[in-house]
Amino acid sequence: MLGQDLSVIAPELVLALYAMGALMWGAYAGRDASRMILWVSTGVLVAVGLWVGVHAGGTQTAFDGSFVSDGYARFAKVMVLFGAAATLALSADFLSRNELMKFEYPVLIVLATVGMLIMVSAADLIVLYLGLELQSLALYVVAAFRRDSLRSTEAGLKYFVLGALSSGLLLYGASLTYGFSGTTMFAGIAMVAGGGEPMSVGLVFGLVFLIAGMAFKISAVPFHMWTPDVYEGSPTPVTAFFSTAPKVAAAAMLARVLFDAFGNAVADWQQVLALLSLFSMFLGSFAAIGQTNIKRLMAYSSIGHMGYALLGLAAGTQEGAQSLLIYLAIYVTMNVGVFAFILNMRRDGQQVTDIASLGLYSRVDPARAAALAVLMFSLAGIPPLVGFFGKFYVLKAAVDAGLVWLAVAGVVASVIGAYYYLRIVYLMYFGQEVEPLDGRMPSIHWGLLGASALAMVLGIINLFGVESLAASAAATLVQ
Amino acid sequence: MSFAVFAFYLFAVIAVVAGAFVVFARNPVHSVLWLILAFLSAGGLFVLLGAEFVAMLMLIVYVGAVAVLFLFVVMMLDVDFAELKSGMARYLPVGLLIAVVLLVQLGFAFGGWQVDETAMSLRAAVTPDPAEVSNTVALGNLLYTKYVFLFEAAGLVLLVAMIGAIVLTHRRRAGVKRQDVISQMYRDPATAVDLLDIKPGQGA
Repeated sequence: MLGQDLSVIAPELVLALYAMGALMWGAYAGRDASRMILWVSTGVLVAVGLWVGVHAGGTQTAFDGSFVSDGYARFAKVMVLFGAAATLALSADFLSRNELMKFEYPVLIVLATVGMLIMVSAADLIVLYLGLELQSLALYVVAAFRRDSLRSTEAGLKYFVLGALSSGLLLYGASLTYGFSGTTMFAGIAMVAGGGEPMSVGLVFGLVFLIAGMAFKISAVPFHMWTPDVYEGSPTPVTAFFSTAPKVAAAAMLARVLFDAFGNAVADWQQVLALLSLFSMFLGSFAAIGQTNIKRLMAYSSIGHMGYALLGLAAGTQEGAQSLLIYLAIYVTMNVGVFAFILNMRRDGQQVTDIASLGLYSRVDPARAAALAVLMFSLAGIPPLVGFFGKFYVLKAAVDAGLVWLAVAGVVASVIGAYYYLRIVYLMYFGQEVEPLDGRMPSIHWGLLGASALAMVLGIINLFGVESLAASAAATLVQ
Repeated sequence: MSFAVFAFYLFAVIAVVAGAFVVFARNPVHSVLWLILAFLSAGGLFVLLGAEFVAMLMLIVYVGAVAVLFLFVVMMLDVDFAELKSGMARYLPVGLLIAVVLLVQLGFAFGGWQVDETAMSLRAAVTPDPAEVSNTVALGNLLYTKYVFLFEAAGLVLLVAMIGAIVLTHRRRAGVKRQDVISQMYRDPATAVDLLDIKPGQGA
């Protein structure tokens, strides 16, 4: 029994044991081993990602059905693991440059990743909460990792306080849900929720609080206030990490709760998600226009993108779940590339985050500027780049589910949002000449930036097969 | 009114009043003391529910450890609570408004309380018959079998908290003497101690 359960949670188990081992290694070997530990951690994350990726085996449950490993969970886990590995690989250079290279950083990232894996596999409210807290707690710490910087400390504290508030909301929702359904298991909740008669008011309240708590984690409007400050204040590699793996995990977890536990009551949550999505798309587009700091801009960009991801989820169909997964996969790929660029915006060894510093960057480094331009076009969703297909799938899912008004709003928001992405391209090619940026780029950054930009161009052929993979993953979630 | 009902209302009222005083007490030390009272009453409520193990946990962990830790923090750290509370007057109206709206909404929710029959049977399915096992045994059985994954995951959360606390506060200072067991044991009295023969009247 236990052996079978352990084999289902093997990826989480291996990562957790590795994290503890790495902690011991760092504690005994001292600071010199930090760099080594970081690279080994990256390797372990990639290896586990490959392992989860090739592992087939249908739907398996463990611990009396409170933990589930199905195609959907594995798809999300692969995204989380590769996203975390890529951002960890990106951070090495920044950390040693700023004397932040401590072995606790990779250990915390790995532990956060364990939390995210638990989140996407949760089939029980308690498992979900523990996974979420494991992730969040590690994220609060890495946000404040640069403890000598006031901004970083502020970001960590702000994230912590608001995160605690959102956890409170989530727990309140979970306890209401438990109170009215009599169980914390998703399968049991699904038996009580819906199934013919309308859901009881108490259960609707529980659902709304649960969504509010999770909307905070994916920074959907109106629970987005923390995002710009935390993104700006955190060390840049941490910002890169925040905008990739945790977003995927939280969005995947939200979909899991909605489809697994409240799958019979789509009408009850569809309006909530539609509204969250609408507000996020428009705020993401409008608020980013006035930004001059590229990290803040990326924060608003991520709010807008989460709006589109929720648009797919709001459709409440299998097609919607599929479009959510495709969108997240594309979003993570783009963000890894963009942050590989942002991490190397330096002048005289100083990190620069001002957008104006990109003036005529195409003359300084044409290749890098071209790669960023491709990514910006893709982020804006301009055809024929891959970013367009992400938006296309979510809009199509929304239209097919009868949410035509929301899809139209999404297109309008996308046109408005294109302005600030294109402004960066404009600055790089036609802007005012400024004192040039002179940051040299480590090869690993170049590799990730190039691969990400290339994927945006080459992916238009068949999206690297992600579409069919996402379809079969979504099929295991929505029955 | 039976004794149990009387005790329930007594503990409940004390818990609520103490909770209010935690927030409104001017002196932070008093706040912590009110908090201890609130914990004690909650423990009493658990005893009334027949959950004696949780009641004892409440006393030992919350009153014995957490509250005392709070007291230490409040007394040892120099936090200006008056300054912290200065923004309160400004945000009080908005906060109150939101709280009232939430309260009304929740009132509606609880007014519409209907418990599904499936829900009741699901709830009963988890727990063993209280007549057969004491609840300490039942908790232990569940915690280390069915919920062992959650138990270990909670342990991992605590590990992260510990790593975080160390990363964010630990500094390497110069000139700090650390314990080194091996070298301390191998210290030789012949080289470590000097015996001087001081003549009377010459010692400083």
